[in-house]
Amino acid sequence: MRKIYFDNNATTPVHPEVRKAIEPFLSDQFGNPSSIHWAGRDVRKGIEDARQEIASFFGSQPLELVFTSSGTESDNLAIKGIAYRQGNAGKHIVTSQVEHPAVINACRFLETQGFRVTYVPVNRHGIVEPEKVREALTRDTILVSVMYANNETGSVMAIPEIGAIARDAGVIMHTDAVQAAGKIPIDFSHLPVDMLTFSGHKVNALKGAGGLIVRKGIEIEAMSHGGHQERGRRGGTENVVGIIAMGKSFQLLRTRMADEVAEVLRLRTKFEKGLFDRIPELVLNGHPTRRLPNTVNISFRYVEGEAMLLNLDMMGIACSSGSACTSGSLEPSPILVAMGADPTDAQGALRFSLGWGNTDADVEYAIDAVETVTSKLRALSPLYPSTKEAKAR
Amino acid sequence: MKGKRILAALSGGVDSSVAAVLLKQQGWEVIGISMDLYDFSKVTKDREGTCCSLDDLYDARRVCDTLNIPYYVLNLRDEFRREVVEPFVREYVSGRTPNPCILCNEHLKFRALLRKADELEAEGVATGHYAVIRREPSGRCRLFAAPDESKDQSYFLFSLESERLRRIHFPVGQMYKDEVRKIAEGAGLPVFEKRESQDICFVTDDSYTEFLNRRGIQEKEGRILDRSGNVLGTHKGILRYTLGQRKGLGIAAKEPLYVVSIDAEKNEIVLGTEDETLSPSATVGRFSFVAGAPPAKEFRATAKVRFRHVGEEASVRVEGERIKVVFDSPQRSVTPGQALVLYDGKEVLGGGWIECESASRS
Repeated sequence: MRKIYFDNNATTPVHPEVRKAIEPFLSDQFGNPSSIHWAGRDVRKGIEDARQEIASFFGSQPLELVFTSSGTESDNLAIKGIAYRQGNAGKHIVTSQVEHPAVINACRFLETQGFRVTYVPVNRHGIVEPEKVREALTRDTILVSVMYANNETGSVMAIPEIGAIARDAGVIMHTDAVQAAGKIPIDFSHLPVDMLTFSGHKVNALKGAGGLIVRKGIEIEAMSHGGHQERGRRGGTENVVGIIAMGKSFQLLRTRMADEVAEVLRLRTKFEKGLFDRIPELVLNGHPTRRLPNTVNISFRYVEGEAMLLNLDMMGIACSSGSACTSGSLEPSPILVAMGADPTDAQGALRFSLGWGNTDADVEYAIDAVETVTSKLRALSPLYPSTKEAKAR
Repeated sequence: MKGKRILAALSGGVDSSVAAVLLKQQGWEVIGISMDLYDFSKVTKDREGTCCSLDDLYDARRVCDTLNIPYYVLNLRDEFRREVVEPFVREYVSGRTPNPCILCNEHLKFRALLRKADELEAEGVATGHYAVIRREPSGRCRLFAAPDESKDQSYFLFSLESERLRRIHFPVGQMYKDEVRKIAEGAGLPVFEKRESQDICFVTDDSYTEFLNRRGIQEKEGRILDRSGNVLGTHKGILRYTLGQRKGLGIAAKEPLYVVSIDAEKNEIVLGTEDETLSPSATVGRFSFVAGAPPAKEFRATAKVRFRHVGEEASVRVEGERIKVVFDSPQRSVTPGQALVLYDGKEVLGGGWIECESASRS
């Protein structure tokens, strides 16, 4: 069976050059980076080189980087790290309704610990309006956390504006840039943002490694207490292989990002146009233009996203729908609901996220498959007006 | 059936797992599925032994890994709430004792899943039920009790008519439990015998009354009467009582007393002697027959009035929307809300739902 991977916002394949870069660290380079002897020193050099590469990519200082296990851990470290830092008196946090569960659930936890959280709504394109953030600020607001780009719709938030509002009010600004990193240009040195989350496996590195950039001068409380690693901000022996992989990925992106983005945007545009030209009654979820170059989220009216997803899976096409709950089944996306999407449209939404390695042939095969599956399921749907009626109208 | 696709509904237990093994051996393209019926994160109590807890889903997924078949968990929460939980609550409120497992079979396993089978271009749905479907050359399907009487589940399946049975498969239906266990062991399945539960899967609190209270059903105190209308005491709410109940009535009397009727409208419980729990007949509504229609306007059959009932010979008469079932000898605890299933020997003819006006009260 032909296999097509259109779920790059979930995770990405490992780049061959990344695979090559980590090889020594799976054999000779085994030392503990905290060790003083030769075995440790070599590995430590690998980690610090990676830190340098990633810092260069984001335009930050190397020592502003804290390596973690994931985007989720980075978000938790940022949010709880500010909430629990010494001397903090404020009890209010501003975030949005469309954040990743890592942010939403960290905030929900803090609500049980005496903090108050405002979940700012989004407009119909899934974008947080900066003014709404300003309105939500109170005298004891300690943190604003708004994602750079949304994982489900790809809609890109006005982070420079929101950051400026936070800065004017003297409030610390965090952004989850897990989806944005490597897809749109980010320059931390000119961004009014104090903390930024990134992850390795969304940029063709490995699962199990991520990071948080913490601007020099911002103090955070560690969430994992242990050794002095990451300058005491995150105890625990480093995920060496994951960090080396991330370093390589961001190094590759520094030179290749513009070309890769242009190519993935071309393929996505072709895919999106193909679907809208050939299949009636589609709804684009998210902003038409202010959107990640690789992401398209579409509601297929009159059919359930779950049925679409399973059929496409059986045809070898990997995409995603809604959000998986604990059981592994699908729920209507809270993101689309927050955008004010019709609930039945939210049920019929699919996200396709393209990436490195996709080809024109993939796009053409996928358009055909999606068209076939949509027609088949609509023919079974009691809600779908028959072709005849559709013609008469 | 070579290469034809089928959905195997998996509970994580040994029966449905072995069903999937057998289907695969027969050459079907098997797709494993489980149903997500309610928010598992709200479940705090140990739910081992019910159809579909999170642990069960884990077991089902591991079975599919072993068989190297795809596995999906389908979200059927809306259907489950609409077709099973809400009717369950309504039945309790109107003084009946509902049987949600039959509704779940009827509406979820063998309606919603058949619709999913259409969507996935599958021939049909298979489960681990113990019951036998006989497919006749004409295309007509007949339903029979399982040879293993201790496992027979045909009572729960009476509402499946021939048309639907054509697309349903019970691969272990003819087998004895020992054989099933042996096949599981032979296939190296990571399943173990699960405790069989009498609990209803979605009642996650300690009691039905708590569950119903949380759904906004208020309990009201009311009178407990005897058959002559004398007041014997006060009850705490009719939800707590079921027909034939003897324990927990809190009434002192010379001879043991039983609940013989529940009047939801008047909010009253009537107690009587053991003899008075006997019903000579039952009225059954919302009936259906496997063959599509009753065999005759009047016929003889064996009637089972609850799952473990041995069955009683009876004369059956169709009276418009209802059927009247007169037992050869009176039966204990013919409970409104439960299903009455009619058999001809091992064959399931059909059945329906026992209604309130039982003959014992007229």
